[in-house]
Amino acid sequence: MWIFRKCLFLPIILVSPFSLPCAVCMTNCPTLIVTVGLPARGKTYISKKLTRYLNWIGVPTREFNVGQYRRECLKIYKSFEFFRPDNEEGLKIRQQCASAALNDVRQYLADGGQVAVFDATNTTRERRETITVFAEQNGFKVFFVESVCEDPEVIAENIVQVKLGSPDYTNCNTEEAMEDFKKRIKCYENSYETLDEVLDRHLSYIKIMDVGRRYLVNQVQDHIQSRIVYYLMNIHITPRSIYLCRHGESDLNVKGCIGGDSGLSPRGKEFAKYLRQFIQSQEISDLKVWTSQMKRTIQTAEAVSVPYEQWKALNEIDAGVCEEMMYEEIQQHYPLEFAMRDQDKYRYRYPKGESYEDLVQRLEPVIMELERQENVLVICHQAVMRCLLAYFLDKTAEELPYLKCPLHTVLKLTPVAYGCKVESIYLNVDAVNTHRERPENVEVSRMAEEALLTVPAHQ
Amino acid sequence: HRCDWLHAILSSVPQLTNSPTLIVMVGLPARGKTYISKKLSRYLNWIGVPTKVFNLGQYRREAVQSYKNFEFFRPDNEEAMQIRRACATNALKDVVIYFSKDHGQVAVFDATNTTRERRISIVSFSKEKGYKVFFVESICDDPDIIAQNITEVKVSSPDYVNCDKDEAQADFLKRIECYKQSYVPLDDEKDRHLSYIKIFNVGSRYLVNRVQDHIQSRIVYYLMNIHVTPRSIFLSRHGESELNLLGRIGGDSGLSPRGHKYATALGGFIKGQHIKDLKVWTSHMKRTIQTAEHLGIPYEQWKALNEIDAGVCEELTYEDIQENHPEEFALRDQDKYRYRYPNGESYEDLVHRLEPVIMELERQENVLVVCHQAVMRCLLAYLLDKTSDELPYLKCPLHTVLKLTPVAYGCRVEHICLNIEAVNTHRERPGNVDVTRDPEEALKTIPEHF
Repeated sequence: MWIFRKCLFLPIILVSPFSLPCAVCMTNCPTLIVTVGLPARGKTYISKKLTRYLNWIGVPTREFNVGQYRRECLKIYKSFEFFRPDNEEGLKIRQQCASAALNDVRQYLADGGQVAVFDATNTTRERRETITVFAEQNGFKVFFVESVCEDPEVIAENIVQVKLGSPDYTNCNTEEAMEDFKKRIKCYENSYETLDEVLDRHLSYIKIMDVGRRYLVNQVQDHIQSRIVYYLMNIHITPRSIYLCRHGESDLNVKGCIGGDSGLSPRGKEFAKYLRQFIQSQEISDLKVWTSQMKRTIQTAEAVSVPYEQWKALNEIDAGVCEEMMYEEIQQHYPLEFAMRDQDKYRYRYPKGESYEDLVQRLEPVIMELERQENVLVICHQAVMRCLLAYFLDKTAEELPYLKCPLHTVLKLTPVAYGCKVESIYLNVDAVNTHRERPENVEVSRMAEEALLTVPAHQ
Repeated sequence: HRCDWLHAILSSVPQLTNSPTLIVMVGLPARGKTYISKKLSRYLNWIGVPTKVFNLGQYRREAVQSYKNFEFFRPDNEEAMQIRRACATNALKDVVIYFSKDHGQVAVFDATNTTRERRISIVSFSKEKGYKVFFVESICDDPDIIAQNITEVKVSSPDYVNCDKDEAQADFLKRIECYKQSYVPLDDEKDRHLSYIKIFNVGSRYLVNRVQDHIQSRIVYYLMNIHVTPRSIFLSRHGESELNLLGRIGGDSGLSPRGHKYATALGGFIKGQHIKDLKVWTSHMKRTIQTAEHLGIPYEQWKALNEIDAGVCEELTYEDIQENHPEEFALRDQDKYRYRYPNGESYEDLVHRLEPVIMELERQENVLVVCHQAVMRCLLAYLLDKTSDELPYLKCPLHTVLKLTPVAYGCRVEHICLNIEAVNTHRERPGNVDVTRDPEEALKTIPEHF
């Protein structure tokens, strides 16, 4: 939600990477998040989602899935027997895999990683104790995330969505896979020691019960853990779709000018009508519509004729001194700035304006609310849409500013398995192209033509 | 458009919740219910959600006039029970009025609500009226914390105005005993359909059940971030800047010579306070950074602490604004809180972007925030529970440190002027705010400058 920089190490503000919890905690303590729970309780789903969120807000995070280490070690999965508690050989291998994963965690956190998510069952107190000791020795803070669920329908659905398609079951049919997996779960059940209110009262953890109906939160130590708890308490798995689109083509778009607060062009108005038809055809239950506070998104929503909410946070990136200029004008008046932006489009901040990095910070509450909601249509702007899309599709800071978000195209995102299905629906109304690719030459010494090579055509 | 109420509400609370929310406190006496109620209410009002606390104890004091002793609270005191029940009914009646007539959004029903019976009746009442209910239960079995609470807020309560400390303490402990017998905490099984948060031992543990919507999620997040560890928050503006001297607003100038002097003095002051583990925060603007540089302590920069963006009026003097944007100038005087500079921000926008700063201030202990006039007004309004009408006119002079120390239900404020001269940058609301006013009327309250 905000940016702050460690002024200790980097007195020059302009283009330094920032590290959110590091700056607040001021002790450079990396955090080890440890999942806990029986198979098919959503641990990997949570791990991946949390990792995606933390990376998006600028906290370098990586997940370490012990199941993957096991697959690399074992090569071929035969059956649930591998997981039997009396399978000595199996236990040895699994222990080795956990150690290998923790080794990689140590490496990652030493090499600039801030948060590591150790995704495994970790169902015994003994195993958790080992991890806690490992963390202590290395100066990592530990935060446990336990998922407890006894609803057979939810578990069955999980198995169908992500287990059946797992590499473990490529050669089985659905029924065989389902049967084997259920037996696998049984192998863990006897030795499962859930995090205990009394015995584990000194540990920092969140226990998620019944897919988020209930949470037990214990000993939150710091800022990043508080944010993680807040995030985990806002996500849900109810099926829904998120529709992202830009406002209809605006008058300034037509002229090739960036920013500003102009109204829709005639084609933009046309698009808005088609958008209305499209939305109606989707027959979405309880659709929420969000816009920015700029004319062009509001006018678009007005034509869709549904109640909508305006968010200032959805306003387009502020281009500061370059507001309402064409790229040609920016090259003419601010050639140095123009080049610097091409060098690091994510972190570059327009004089008196914003950077993509700033945008991500101000969009964080929007993402949080999108997580809470169900069906939502967000009518926004190019840079804003790129940031939101990068969050949903797990794009890096390098890719983000160059994501293609053309006018008059709706992206329908539907969460599925561990990710998001994307459908791109072009509503067949012509519009200018506003996408400027990164030119070859980003040197400040470049010629004007080289800078303007990738500028899209306009009036 | 800029002064549009509807968009103002929408921008601060995106979820257009038409259902008002009734927050119901639960817990034995001296468990921090009133502390939480007041703090939560202060936070919600500050972020733009109209909230009011309905404290049952106050209704009882009005009904009974003079408190004798704990016997009033004995469970077998029929007469008292009737009075207490009537008070609860009256309080809930006032809640209805608050929601229906006064445009309230959240009501906090601050009472023990320790029996299931009482809670069930509140839930039915809410269902009938279409209110959402969210319980906040505070459970504490640490005798030290309870004793501390009693000392801080009970002993000085109107109930004990004629007692000495020890008498008051003893009576209050007996009062707590009266409730203990019939206390039924929210139950994992029986109350699994209710929405609530259970706070254990001042926040070491929380149990959260069935959060229904955005506002409840925000409330939970807030409650999980506050603490009661003693600490102080120091607020100061940057030292006087070059643009301050010229009477110009905004911009990103450096410190004037006097500003540098202040920064040095601030460093001396901070050292003299011997503050343990002080965190220092600045904005991204030169003048706050230069000020912090003099302190010789590590500091963190927050973009969110940048001064209000005056848009087209950046770096203008008030005289310039009157000359070039007389209508805007008048509109601003009409509603300084909601008015948004063209291409700039409003105080309301500022509150919105400062919310994460407030949240982190709550999590932290000793902090010095070096910021700007409008920003400091917003932070101060939060800490001192000022309304949005008062906020834009709070006095935050240059070269003065405000030391805020939470005490009892509020904040003690110490103003420390470091005795370095500076221009005055405070412009009072003029008499005439009409767009038709003469320039002299508009410029009447402008502070002097070079």
